Amino acid sequence: MPAQVITLTSGKGGVGKTTAVANLAVALASSGSKVVCIDGDIGLRNLDVILGLENRIVYDIVDVIEGRCRLKQAMIRDKKLTDLYLIPAAQTRDKNAVSSSDMIRLVKDLRNECEYVLIDSPAGIERGFKNAIAGADRVIVVTNPEVSAVRDADRVIGILEAEGKGPASLILNRLNPTLVRNKDMLSPDDVLDLLAIDLIGIVPEDENVIVGSNRGAPVALDQKSRAGQAFRNIARRLKGETVPFIDWESQGGFWERLQRLTGRK
Amino acid sequence: MSFLDRLFGRKTSADSAKERLQLVLIHDRTDLTPAELDSLRDDLIATISRHVSIDAHGVQIDVEHDGRSQRLIADIPLKAVTRRRTRKTK
Repeated sequence: MPAQVITLTSGKGGVGKTTAVANLAVALASSGSKVVCIDGDIGLRNLDVILGLENRIVYDIVDVIEGRCRLKQAMIRDKKLTDLYLIPAAQTRDKNAVSSSDMIRLVKDLRNECEYVLIDSPAGIERGFKNAIAGADRVIVVTNPEVSAVRDADRVIGILEAEGKGPASLILNRLNPTLVRNKDMLSPDDVLDLLAIDLIGIVPEDENVIVGSNRGAPVALDQKSRAGQAFRNIARRLKGETVPFIDWESQGGFWERLQRLTGRK
Repeated sequence: MSFLDRLFGRKTSADSAKERLQLVLIHDRTDLTPAELDSLRDDLIATISRHVSIDAHGVQIDVEHDGRSQRLIADIPLKAVTRRRTRKTK
């Protein structure tokens, strides 16, 4: 079966696109699917460090496009997961080195190589973003429950619809359940009301994400991490499973509830 | 949000965020600024007034959204002048 090509994008930078791509890739690959992820952020690559593969890079996406190497030579295999590959972005080139038709051709060649192609889009709505969505079968918009991120997500969703890439689905990343309970953060319902698109996952804020980035080991591998669990659930939904959404706001122990009641948290 | 804020029923910051975003998104999606909406309103009043007498102060124009699609809603009260006049002549 040819691969499904999924692009993650957001409009705003820093909402966790790269982390989401890395975690979904790890979760899909550890459940037995062959995954190739592509870093679409030419000139500002980061997916390699998040996955812990920065020391293995020999060739990058521009080398493939310009014919300096074969596709398979630019596919770096993960250290632990044998079904996970990364095609890194070029670091010393700018986004004009790649065109939409280059991306469509690359993705076409990858379709017979794996089950999932995950593309990490750069922030913004310019050329790099257009390239990243050009070959996608499906687009996931990543946002945070915060005014600027939601506003930018709405712009991107509108553009995706206009380009015939919709309907997009949403990952609501970095939800802080305590703030939501105290009505100091937009709730998942608020965000869905505003953006009016399908939800594919809610990822709670979790310190383990930073620890994972430090080590180059995405939290989806960590069975105890809440964010890791959320990413694994999203991966299962991508595979077509029906997985109930975890109600993060109603979680928490006795002390947290008491503090909530007295307004201290 | 503090306990006292809640006790006195102050609007929560999440509510402010949602309300502000609702307005911003309408304008982002339609490219229609509040100033343009006002000028559209004036044009509508002028055009309709040529055919029927309306209560210009009661005219309300809003952009409503249903999912991701937007809808321009105009509420234009008519003045019941003609009916009164006919009664008087009888």
